[in-house]
Amino acid sequence: MSTSNMKTMNVRLKVWRQEGPASPGAFEEYSLSNVLVDMSFLEMLDVLNEKLIKEGKRPLEFESDCREGICGTCSLMVQGQAHGPVRGATTCQLYMRSFQDNELITIEPWRAKAFPVLRDLVTDRRAFDRIQMSGGYTNAKTGPHIDANAILVPKDIADRAMDAAACIGCGACVAACPNASASLFTSAKITQLALLPQGQVDRKRRVIRMVDQMDKEGFGSCSNLQECEAACPKKISIQNIAIMKQEYLKAAISADFRAGMGSADGGA
Amino acid sequence: MSIDRIPFSGKLDSGVPEGPLEKKWDQYKANMKLVNPANKRKYTVIVVGTGLAGGAAAASLAELGYNVKSFCTHDSARRAHSIAAQGGINAAKSYPNDGDSVWRLFYDTIKGGDYRAREANVYRLAQNSTNIIDQCVAQGVPFAREYSGELANRSFGGAQVSRTFYARGQTGQQLLLGAYSALMKEVDKGKVTLFPYREMLDVVMVDGKARGIITRNLTTGEIERHAADAVVLATGGYGRVYFLSTNAMNSNVTAIWRAHRRGALFGNPCYVQIHPTCIPVSGNHQAKLTLMSESLRNDGRVWVPKKKEDCKKDPSQIPDEDRDYYLERKYPSFGNLAPRDISSRAAKEVCDEGRGVGSTGLAVYLDFRDAIKRDGEPAVRERYGNLFDMYHEITNENPYKTPMRIYPAVHYTMGGLWVDYSLQTTLPGLFAAGEANFSDHGANRLGASALMQGLSDGYFVLPYTVTNYLGTHATELLKKVDTNHPAFVSAEKEVHDGIQKLLEVGKKGKRTPIEIYRELGQVVWDKIGMARTEQGLKEALEHIQKLQNDFDHDLQLTGDDQMNKNLETAGRLGDFLGLAALMARDALERKESCGGHFRVESQTPDGEAERDDEHYAHVAAWEYKGKGGVPVMHKEKLIYENVKLSVRSYK
Repeated sequence: MSTSNMKTMNVRLKVWRQEGPASPGAFEEYSLSNVLVDMSFLEMLDVLNEKLIKEGKRPLEFESDCREGICGTCSLMVQGQAHGPVRGATTCQLYMRSFQDNELITIEPWRAKAFPVLRDLVTDRRAFDRIQMSGGYTNAKTGPHIDANAILVPKDIADRAMDAAACIGCGACVAACPNASASLFTSAKITQLALLPQGQVDRKRRVIRMVDQMDKEGFGSCSNLQECEAACPKKISIQNIAIMKQEYLKAAISADFRAGMGSADGGA
Repeated sequence: MSIDRIPFSGKLDSGVPEGPLEKKWDQYKANMKLVNPANKRKYTVIVVGTGLAGGAAAASLAELGYNVKSFCTHDSARRAHSIAAQGGINAAKSYPNDGDSVWRLFYDTIKGGDYRAREANVYRLAQNSTNIIDQCVAQGVPFAREYSGELANRSFGGAQVSRTFYARGQTGQQLLLGAYSALMKEVDKGKVTLFPYREMLDVVMVDGKARGIITRNLTTGEIERHAADAVVLATGGYGRVYFLSTNAMNSNVTAIWRAHRRGALFGNPCYVQIHPTCIPVSGNHQAKLTLMSESLRNDGRVWVPKKKEDCKKDPSQIPDEDRDYYLERKYPSFGNLAPRDISSRAAKEVCDEGRGVGSTGLAVYLDFRDAIKRDGEPAVRERYGNLFDMYHEITNENPYKTPMRIYPAVHYTMGGLWVDYSLQTTLPGLFAAGEANFSDHGANRLGASALMQGLSDGYFVLPYTVTNYLGTHATELLKKVDTNHPAFVSAEKEVHDGIQKLLEVGKKGKRTPIEIYRELGQVVWDKIGMARTEQGLKEALEHIQKLQNDFDHDLQLTGDDQMNKNLETAGRLGDFLGLAALMARDALERKESCGGHFRVESQTPDGEAERDDEHYAHVAAWEYKGKGGVPVMHKEKLIYENVKLSVRSYK
């Protein structure tokens, strides 16, 4: 614990408050003094909530769980940036030392048609589950399988698959994108499974169904603005989106796929 | 408010099959009752929790043909706390050819648990471990690989072989996403119905069998009834009774505590794992602590200065001869990979001697200097990059340049609902899996074994044992229970009234849930933490009673009964208060030291835990006797037929 531990600051907050999905929302301003600079951003909001309760007011609703950047629950727009000004970090990994004394900090929920606000800063991100449902798996059932080492995966391929698999499903890519596109999220899963031998059997069906579901949910299209990659706390590369587009095209024009897909599932 | 309880029959039957250890599970499967495919469609199973155990169980039961209702408190089944496990998962694959086997994994786990786990369960766990790896690879889990394309392994504490499989520092995440994807596949097929944003607040017992649950919708506040033919609780551990722990903010004891109140016995509540390598506490604003994976101890060396006066010095200025690499000194054969309970106590000891570092003096160094010198910074970065980054973000210090400072923190709870060999609690039809049960880890869990147990229970145990239960009670269970049954109506009313009471009291009180909760955490950490004494435990009971009183009469709550995280916290705190008192009682009763449970009165001359097998080789299973009532302990004697009880030495 360095000496900075003792340093404190004052913060001014401009926070989005909204009673429920159907009610109108508005910004409210709060101020806090003697905030430790080594406090995390969410701990600062915990302090604010204690203060609100003491004042008899309804505390601010925001989500968080692991508070170490892996569960993907926390989801705040801070100063207009998804997860705030620090790159490669989730909101819970943001520390007050990233802000100036007396800085006015604006906090909003993710803004996207497919992520409706439930209350205050909490949005409903279940659209991501429905994308995952439509094909983000290998169809392997529980039971005996061939020995794990019977499937060899070159190290560089395994590493690239892991890079894509690191997505935490937080939705920052959607929030950062002017089109509210879910392409980075969707493409990360498609790429992971397209790279691995285990993902080959369902490869075409997967990409068609996931992309179609993404469109149905009301997410926008990708126009290569690269905001998603910049906002992604896990630094997922937009190369994945290029791979997804390629995979989609290959699947959509392939004759064997067309013949094998029932029209009900197919979409495309 | 009094709750109808199912009285305990008085008999704790572990239900372990006859026959030699290595044949017991085969024996179970050979004799189990089956359910024909047409009948499977007629059954509904509720699975609460979507971590490794719950997600895997829900997916696997649905694949078999049952209708599954899957509940979680999060917005998505992908966020359960299993996701935060960093280091890895054990399996007796013996790929490195270093002498591993199912027997050795079994033996290490029994020994690691300080001979307080059930032999047959642990052996089954070790047997299932190899299937788990095959299963996860088939799902596309991107485990780390060697240049040969084969799976890579590393070592964890308490083992002298490399049997830990990993996916960078994100193993839990990748395994959970595997289970989640299997679950979503079944949602797509219509076999699983997801109920996100639901908190389970009671189990509904009809004619002596678990037939459903009561939940609260966390976005609308609505109280709901759900009927089924069997209920699985896979709701994780209760480490957040300490307030500060490495557990996620929403991890809690509520589901298993409410089942306990209905009559399920609670096993070994005082067995808690305090993990040696966490980022130290830095102030009283903190909401949780962060773990630094045990895998770091493969390369990091733990030390403190030999002299107290060096403690505030820049560590790079302290020469080797003035450093005390105390784990290497005390436990030469395991060194920095000594098990967690032992490493944690050793850290506490050197800090108690006044040789701790950092501004609070409650920290030790975890130093990578030698590993960086030996293998180069890129190699270290490849192995632990994300952990080093995480440390840097939190502490604002660069661990490639200066040693990490670490201190023990609560991480895992070995105690939980008592279950028999089939993972059934003492309430018929109510099963508990993963960290929620009292489990296979005895008094201390070895690293990389939690993921193994969660997936073993979910993929490879419950699909058999739930089937056996449904098959055995088919005549009764095929008669469907309606949610208008009086048992549902009264359970829902109790839940509803409990919440309204909290809001009512909350209007007048002066202490916020977090204030009471923080104080509870401090008491439990001080008195039921790394060192426990009779005196301290008695003080804890009194203090907890005082906090219970504050909670009942002086709670301050604002907001409504719709989405209100503060109300959720209050409800969970109420259950933690009951649990904390039970932990103190359990720790008082167990006068020996074993694993994570260290009674100061019971130690060897060199300060190691001293077990008392004659009096304490049993599982303590507690029966609830109502609020304010005195819980009653029942014993399941642990019988060791294959392993000789011996002093657990890592020297």
